[in-house]
Amino acid sequence: MLSRKIMLMQGNEACVEGALAAGMRFFAGYPITPSTEIAEIAAERLPKVGGKFIQMEDELASMGAVVGASLAGLKAMTATSGPGFSLKQENIGFACLTEVPCVVVNVQRGGPSTGLPTLPAQGDVMQTRWGTHGDHPIIVISPSSVREVYDMTIRAFNLSEKYRVPCILLMDEVVAHMRERVELPDKSSIDIINRKKVASTLSDYKPYMDYDSDGIPPMANFGDGIPFHVTGLIHDISGFPSTNPKVTEDLINRLMNKINNNIGDIIEYEKLYMEDAETVIVTFGCTARSVLSAIRVLRQEGLKIGMLRLKTIWPFAHIAIKELMQSSVNTLIVAEMNYGQLLETVKASAEGAFRIYGLNKYNGELITPQEVIDKVREVAEYA
Amino acid sequence: MRKELEKYFRKDKLPHIWCPGCGHGIITGAVIRAIDNLKLEQNKICIVSGIGCSSRAPGYLNFNTLHTTHGRALAFATGIKMANPELKIIVLTGDGDCSAIGGNHFIHAARRNIDITTVVFNNSIYGMTSGQYSPMTPKGAFATTAPYGNIDRNFDLCKLAQAAGATYVARGTVYHVPQLIKLMEKALKHKGFSLIDVVDICPTYFGRRNKMGSPVVMMEKIREMSITARTAAKLPPEELSEKIVIGEFYEEQAPEYTEEYAKVMKKAQGGKLNE
Amino acid sequence: MDEKSIRISIDEKACKKCGLCIAFCPMKVYVSEGGKPIIVNQNACTNCKLCELRCPDYAIIVGGEDVE
Repeated sequence: MLSRKIMLMQGNEACVEGALAAGMRFFAGYPITPSTEIAEIAAERLPKVGGKFIQMEDELASMGAVVGASLAGLKAMTATSGPGFSLKQENIGFACLTEVPCVVVNVQRGGPSTGLPTLPAQGDVMQTRWGTHGDHPIIVISPSSVREVYDMTIRAFNLSEKYRVPCILLMDEVVAHMRERVELPDKSSIDIINRKKVASTLSDYKPYMDYDSDGIPPMANFGDGIPFHVTGLIHDISGFPSTNPKVTEDLINRLMNKINNNIGDIIEYEKLYMEDAETVIVTFGCTARSVLSAIRVLRQEGLKIGMLRLKTIWPFAHIAIKELMQSSVNTLIVAEMNYGQLLETVKASAEGAFRIYGLNKYNGELITPQEVIDKVREVAEYA
Repeated sequence: MRKELEKYFRKDKLPHIWCPGCGHGIITGAVIRAIDNLKLEQNKICIVSGIGCSSRAPGYLNFNTLHTTHGRALAFATGIKMANPELKIIVLTGDGDCSAIGGNHFIHAARRNIDITTVVFNNSIYGMTSGQYSPMTPKGAFATTAPYGNIDRNFDLCKLAQAAGATYVARGTVYHVPQLIKLMEKALKHKGFSLIDVVDICPTYFGRRNKMGSPVVMMEKIREMSITARTAAKLPPEELSEKIVIGEFYEEQAPEYTEEYAKVMKKAQGGKLNE
Repeated sequence: MDEKSIRISIDEKACKKCGLCIAFCPMKVYVSEGGKPIIVNQNACTNCKLCELRCPDYAIIVGGEDVE
């Protein structure tokens, strides 16, 4: 048991540890609260393992550098928060279209604009999905504890490498700055996924050809000896610009389908106290912690309350909502620290099957367990 | 095209999209001739561009090529160079791409002295969007967005680069091509951030709007206005306002960024490099 | 043709008729025919290659063994 690695660790610190375990060897960032510790720790840790850290001149540049480094073969990450995440959208879109694996950490803070730099919020749910222009694929996952930050950062790299898509690790100020007792897993027990490489036997490499019919083209690195072209313009399978409607449609379809056809692999959620639940609280991130405390209290009072915690935010877990339709559940409460961003998605997914209420807070303060309890009681009166 | 240069082009992508008389083809040709003269390893070259007419150049060139977002070529290039310092990085960019939307990346890449050669296709206009003024459009010139004449003062990109920390700075023109190739060879051999500001012509959007006439007339104007840096040094500033000063402006051997970072890695690893 | 004359080849398909080669040849080797360069004074060519270097469309080859 001596080899057990137990530590008191901050969420942002766990993020870097997870990234290093996943094989991150490049980080470019720009200082912004409340994500800055990620850059600071990366600056110290990366050169020790032969990795590279650079503080760029702005958020746009750090996202660009991450994409460049990934094209040159390194697993790359950046971290930011609200205003910085807005600035990164341009080159996140570039990575989506050019299918360059990368991890973008967004530690949410109060918005809009400069908002509440040091206070928590969950107001970037929709921005993570549609922050950059045009139809594009994206994966967004959101942790609720420090240990989960570690695991999910690894998962973010794995999903990004596997599907050649940017993966957003959607944290919040609470999870990022909270310190918890964490036991890290043994390195040998961690599954690491690396991007699909180009077979050395392949001649006439076409960088966007779906060689394996899984929607995910193998990827060469700049410098490998296989010259290829990458452009943010709509391109054909050879990587060169095209305005052909068929080429365009095929490309967008492949980009979307490589995610949509793998939602079973990508979507993760947690259900607690569900066996007899009649009311289910749908939530994610730090809010799940308050919800869980509240449920424990309410259960002692005999109320049939359960929790659906979304670990994957996008693609949305419609499957989890559909499962609730086959159960005793008749009421949903969507608890989130925003004006109701996830609420609308849950409503659309439920297609009128439940009574659905929002528990929303957007004043820079956490949703407390008592507020969850009060909401459950209030909703029970409507029934 | 000359046989020995063919391997550097994606010949199936030619002819290029540039208008008749556009200088972009001349500059691209000069870059390729400099690469060929130096016998640089083709697979170890990565050419990065932003957005605009000039940024289409990498698509025609048979290297590792990356056509990025508007103004961001140097940011992507920095990531590539950091990730793989063995690669020779060339950024091809326009005056708007480099000095307006990409201005911040430009000064900071220069400041770091990262080993990237930046070639600016400086035709004083946004060509791709059909003729708006850029930070390099001369004061008084006309553009679609300066219908009464441009009141903005234009950058001297070479002075800007030098002030920001670039360690090789030169200006050439599309008229003086043999000299331009020599400047490019020096820039490519230089370790650190190098800038070649190439005075270029856009007959279609700058030329027509400013009633300059044909590509030939625009080229003649460049010839008439150009003086060497050495001659310019002897002239009073007021005599330089209408001149294009060409040649080398600055050269310095200074620590290169990725080499400095290699030292950081060594230090972090307690003197041992276990990469 | 004189033995010493320099071979000049023009790729008519690549030429966009900008006229730069014609205007700036120091030896006036070319004349324009609807914008197209026509070689009229080949013996005057000194193999300076300025027209080749200034051709934006890589349509000219002057001298060398590798003329297509």
